[in-house]
Amino acid sequence: MRRFSGFAVAREAMRAHKGWGQQWDNPEPKSSYDVIIIGAGGHGLATAYYLAKEHGITNVAVLEKGWLGGGNTGRNTTIIRSNYLFDESAGLYNHAVNLWEGLSQDLNYNVMFSQRGVMMMAHNVHDVQVFKRHVHANRLNGVDNEWLTPEQAKAYCPPLDISKSARYPVMGAALQRKGGTARHDAVAWGYARAAAARGVHIIQNCEVTGIKRGQGGEVTGVETSRGFIGAKKVGVVAAGNTSHVMQMADVQMPLESFPLQALVSEPVKPCFPCVVMSNTVHAYISQSDKGELVIGAGTDQYTSYSQTGGLHVIQHTLDAICEIFPIFSRMKMLRSWGGIVDVTPDRSPIIAQTPVPGLYVNCGWGTGGFKATPGSGHVFAHTIAKAAPHKINEGYTMERFTTGRLIDEAAAAAVSH
Amino acid sequence: MLLIHCPYCAEERPETEFAHAGEAHIERSTEMNALTDEGFSKFFFYRDNTKGTTFERWRHIHGCGRYFNAARDTVSDKFLTTYKAGEPKPDLSKLVDDQTNAGAKS
Amino acid sequence: MNAPVLIQPNRIAGKGRLSVADPMRFTFDGKTLPALKGDTVASALIANDIHLVGRSFKYHRPRGIVSAGPEEPNALLGIQRDVARHTPNIRATVQEVYDGLEATSQNRWPSLKYDIGEINDVVSPLLSAGFYYKTFMWPRKAWDKVYEPFIRNAAGLGKAPVHKDPDRYSSQHEHCDVLILGGGVAGLSAALAAAKNGARVIICDEQPTFGGALHFDTDIVIDGMDGFSWAQQAMAKLAAMDNVRVLTRTTAFGYYAQNYVGLIERVSEHLSAPSADLPRERLWEVRAKKVIIATGSIERHMVFANNDRPGILLASSARTYLNHYGVAVGKNVGVYTANDSAYAAAFDLKEAGINIPAIVDIREHPNAELVAKAKALGIRVLTGHGVMAAGGKLRVSSMSVAPVNGGAREVIPIDSIIMSGGWTPSVHMFSQSRGKVAYDAAKSRFVPGVYAQDCVSVGSCNGTDDLSAIIDEAIKAGEEAATYVRPNTSQVSISIEANGGNAWEGTLIGAAPGAEAGKVVKAFVDFQNDVTAKDIRLAVQEGFQSIEHVKRFTTNGMATDQGKLSNMHGLAIAAEALGKELPEVGLTTFRAPYTPITFGALVSHSKGALFEPTRKTPMHESEVAIGAVFEDVGNWKRAWYYPKGGEDMHAAVNRECKTTRTNVGMFDASTLGKIEVVGPDAAEFLNLIYTNPFLKLGVGKLRYGIMCREDGFIYDDGVVARIAEDRFHVTTTTGGAPRVLNMMEDYLQTEFPHMKVWLTSTSEQWAVIAVQGPKSRDIIAPFVDGIDLSAEALPHMSMAEGTICGVPTRLMRMSFTGEMGFEINVPADYGRAVWDTLYEAVEAADGCAYGTESMHVLRAEKGYIIVGQDTDGTVTPHDAGLDWAVGKKKTDFVGIRGLKRPDLVASGRRQLVGLKSIDGRSVLEEGAQIVEDPNQPVPMKMIGWVSSSYWSENAQKPIAMALIEDGFNLMGKKLYVPMANEVIEVEVCKAVFVDEEGGRLHG
Repeated sequence: MRRFSGFAVAREAMRAHKGWGQQWDNPEPKSSYDVIIIGAGGHGLATAYYLAKEHGITNVAVLEKGWLGGGNTGRNTTIIRSNYLFDESAGLYNHAVNLWEGLSQDLNYNVMFSQRGVMMMAHNVHDVQVFKRHVHANRLNGVDNEWLTPEQAKAYCPPLDISKSARYPVMGAALQRKGGTARHDAVAWGYARAAAARGVHIIQNCEVTGIKRGQGGEVTGVETSRGFIGAKKVGVVAAGNTSHVMQMADVQMPLESFPLQALVSEPVKPCFPCVVMSNTVHAYISQSDKGELVIGAGTDQYTSYSQTGGLHVIQHTLDAICEIFPIFSRMKMLRSWGGIVDVTPDRSPIIAQTPVPGLYVNCGWGTGGFKATPGSGHVFAHTIAKAAPHKINEGYTMERFTTGRLIDEAAAAAVSH
Repeated sequence: MLLIHCPYCAEERPETEFAHAGEAHIERSTEMNALTDEGFSKFFFYRDNTKGTTFERWRHIHGCGRYFNAARDTVSDKFLTTYKAGEPKPDLSKLVDDQTNAGAKS
Repeated sequence: MNAPVLIQPNRIAGKGRLSVADPMRFTFDGKTLPALKGDTVASALIANDIHLVGRSFKYHRPRGIVSAGPEEPNALLGIQRDVARHTPNIRATVQEVYDGLEATSQNRWPSLKYDIGEINDVVSPLLSAGFYYKTFMWPRKAWDKVYEPFIRNAAGLGKAPVHKDPDRYSSQHEHCDVLILGGGVAGLSAALAAAKNGARVIICDEQPTFGGALHFDTDIVIDGMDGFSWAQQAMAKLAAMDNVRVLTRTTAFGYYAQNYVGLIERVSEHLSAPSADLPRERLWEVRAKKVIIATGSIERHMVFANNDRPGILLASSARTYLNHYGVAVGKNVGVYTANDSAYAAAFDLKEAGINIPAIVDIREHPNAELVAKAKALGIRVLTGHGVMAAGGKLRVSSMSVAPVNGGAREVIPIDSIIMSGGWTPSVHMFSQSRGKVAYDAAKSRFVPGVYAQDCVSVGSCNGTDDLSAIIDEAIKAGEEAATYVRPNTSQVSISIEANGGNAWEGTLIGAAPGAEAGKVVKAFVDFQNDVTAKDIRLAVQEGFQSIEHVKRFTTNGMATDQGKLSNMHGLAIAAEALGKELPEVGLTTFRAPYTPITFGALVSHSKGALFEPTRKTPMHESEVAIGAVFEDVGNWKRAWYYPKGGEDMHAAVNRECKTTRTNVGMFDASTLGKIEVVGPDAAEFLNLIYTNPFLKLGVGKLRYGIMCREDGFIYDDGVVARIAEDRFHVTTTTGGAPRVLNMMEDYLQTEFPHMKVWLTSTSEQWAVIAVQGPKSRDIIAPFVDGIDLSAEALPHMSMAEGTICGVPTRLMRMSFTGEMGFEINVPADYGRAVWDTLYEAVEAADGCAYGTESMHVLRAEKGYIIVGQDTDGTVTPHDAGLDWAVGKKKTDFVGIRGLKRPDLVASGRRQLVGLKSIDGRSVLEEGAQIVEDPNQPVPMKMIGWVSSSYWSENAQKPIAMALIEDGFNLMGKKLYVPMANEVIEVEVCKAVFVDEEGGRLHG
């Protein structure tokens, strides 16, 4: 792998950039691999990278039906934070934040992790109670999170309207300074390049059409649009399509797939310094390095694989944005798009072995998987390599839906009085 | 925004009048107590999440208030049919044929 | 304005359709300029011989106006009506001039002509596509502290508004038979045909006037008149029909499922002094039975070195400026083309007296007739030649011309170049409808292929080039749409006679000669994002094979014009570099919106008070009158506390709590959800919905009920009153009312349809006044008729019907305070009157009104839970100490099985207990975490958390409720609450702090 650096860029600039090679190869699939990962999104590519780097397993193929990073990795609003309530979540997401902090250097690819702070707005007494519960739990878990008064919140994010006359006045905010954003495409590309450099095959335009099983029910490989490929172990990291892929191994999942939309405004000069989330009014916003306001909408109500959603969902989102930031009313929506998010009953992921020997699954990230990418790949690689979970993902089993031991962050923020 | 035919009102109405209510034809056992842990989990948590024609429930919550079922293609989001709660699952092969014919017309 | 009209150097007398009788003035970067009514900012600037209008995104290169329409990539300006009405990134080619308009150039500092950011252009070899992924990584902390702020400041275009938007927006839902997108020849023909056949038609066009290409193509004659006049007449004819709605300045921006199309109408942005009644923009949400797409096509630029210099425009745009606005783009205009359309533009300019030094055509053998005509007009035609580079910087000054196959260069001085690389059908809306495009290899273009919705494309967006064919196709589509929608009407045929208009031949997609692979020149594909042909090749060289990757790596097509000019070029260059055919590489997805859409228009009325409904109880105004402070609970405004004489919340709550326990307090409980459950099976139904047994609840009795979901976690709670054998009055939490009713309906309709039960939401029908405290009976007694209020006749947890203040009431003896109390339900319309009467009596007795905060304290003193505060969706009835409320003998209820799952019956679950602060004064913070060992290292093992915590004036100590692992077995145990700066010692106790025996309830 040709190392990237300012020096390398300067040298290439002198010779019209003729020296840059391919960031990753596009090899023909071999007849078999030790591990096949289905899905070349951030999580899948990270899994392959850590399999190679941490576990020395390099005979790995990542199969992608379209183009790598083209699913939710390239369609999300890139919010990164770890101020979750429960120990299991704090452990997982904080693990990810720790990896994010050194990721550009580790991958030798600038993923533009920008710790500009994630601020979650409280609009009523119940929000205040819930967020303070988070702040306290985070402090004792070693997770950065602090409580801000409305004035402190305004100082941190000047466009905020904290007037008492607002329909939902700001009563304070929880701020995670270590949170922020990263460049989504760079994450996929950086992992792809670094994994390929360690011998991982990334095979795009290769749709998995079947999962083959042996006499003992164990996985033996996958049928694809490019023929059969053998594998000792298969890891499914197919996000919204997980139910569909797992069906090929006759495994039903506790998942539903919903459309999730997002949008960006036209680019403007820097005007928004951090990430702001408001669960009460459903608004999620930051400004990209290009200058676009990046805005996340809610999910549509019905299950769908269409990667589109209704205009009314976008409208509700902008209602909320303009309610908290009335100065943005004259801004213009440049582009909107949809992804497919797979949601578990407790809105926490599954990172686990499955009832099928040799078959592993990493799914159910819902609307917030991007932030976990490095941590998710890291512990999933461990789970596949060792055929046992990492300590961090021990609780993220499928069995929890049978025992009742859920990791229900959303329920813990229950809205009811 | 989808356009949904309420089989009770016999009218097509915009999606915002309706609430999606999950996969259809999942019956609550009359002997809940007799379910195993696995059985309960299947009933309450596991879903087909079909890519293709799914059977799902809707409620005309801002209309007649009735729950009903629909067959919808989750790839195109097109409705194949809607039918009243309690009616049997329609014959899928016939529905897909109708859809193809209807598509050919336009 | 009365000032004399200033000279406009490029305005050609006798050309165009604007009138010199309508002069206007506007400013550009502070300089006042003249314009005519009907000008766009772009046409007015060109009229004043201004082409330099902005700086590009990355290299800060000087940029001019490229087009005359919404595809414009360069001419983006800040437009300001007043300080609060500043809008960035407005396309000068779309914005109409109004008198007094202020326009400013963007992305430059200190000025448009001298921009410090231009250094980026000098060091551009360093700034190749995706360079930022390869560097700025050292030192590690420097990215977001040093590099990123620098990049952010250089990027962005205009400046975001800094004031609250004072303008109003509007929205309207509309249904029609046929929606026609585009008002050119095709759209108008289709509209006439459909309307004539009785269809309800909406036709929209983004321009202020209909006509589309007829704005510039003056060679067309339709029904005996020039094309543009025909279009105006057709529009007038349509506008006069009852079944037609004509929308100008209206852009179809999004095509959603089931023929749902979003349109944006710019209502008043073109007016100098818009009436206050007018919205700025209006959103139309149209549901059409049939959509006819007649969106035309967009001319492409030529990709050659320095093709971005100001003064270089699309040929058809130059023709629009001349034929519609009466403005010549220069005095000495070079032509560079691969398509016939540029000839027509050149002829028009020449005939208007503009010098055309040469037409440079990359084709060896263009249309001989056109070449002959050019020669006849005295225009030199260089076939088989290319423009190798444009000269000049702030304005193009020359073109360097050479044979395509190599040879000597000739530098031709010019002050403008018009160009055409051919036409791209506008398949945006078709593609958004999820139709699949097909590749027309003969003409190197994508056209509509497989349809996914009930729509049809006509005209040049459908790849139809010949004028008569377009009209025939459009009429047929209009007639068919009408009969499709109204099958029983007999078809009326119309005919439209058209002459002139040539089907222009010739196309070039990709780099023009001189900008091929290996040439180190800046030949721009995407102007705004500064993507050059070599950037696209670099992406392919670095292994990006999918067109989506190429787009993302280079940012080609991601600027505010969304690649209207650049997408096909980018695709062709990538395909060539990959050695693949175009369709193999594939097209990027077309996404809404077609052009950028104002947030405010999508928000429309949903702002401020209308953002979400505000719910107020019937007594709200009386509460305001006595000084209540309100809190938001869901959509409700609830009285939080009633400060008196400058009290803060703490003091007010202390007084309210004390007064209520020692005397009497009254509380507005109207927000509680209420459901009337009626029918012969009502008791059995409730028995299934609630964990409690309900079959034996006597008439006139109340029962506190817990409701779970099937998973066994507490979902809601409330008091249920049996009004009659077959009638129950159910209450829910304030926030829970809709979902509880929904859940009840779900079970009733789908799981227990055999039950004869009817559910009615009565939340808004009843006003509820709680009167609580030892004197509560004395307070209400004088006003009550027909009810025996004695403890014997109306004991705790019973109810009776009668009247209060002469108003019918359901009077419930119940308490959420632990005191003797009554909840008085009266019809909502009487709520305020009854409240006022009772309040007078309460005040006279030195009682008080109390708000939700005191309600919380009073109930916590008794250990009563609040669902959503002391439970959080992970708490079972047992965990909450409510095991008594679960019917042990019941064979079924919602949650019965979920409750028995292994983890829900495991030991060590968090259980609701009381907490005492050992120091007797520290009020714990709600949400604070509890540990056994405060000295352990982080991450600490947390065993629970504080769910409710208050100072209790009645108990004269802090009180708290907490969910703690195995809490029921920890009574008396000392635990710790580590705060940021201290550790608070606490002791586990029962969650009752006042009147443990409960005697006060029964007074």
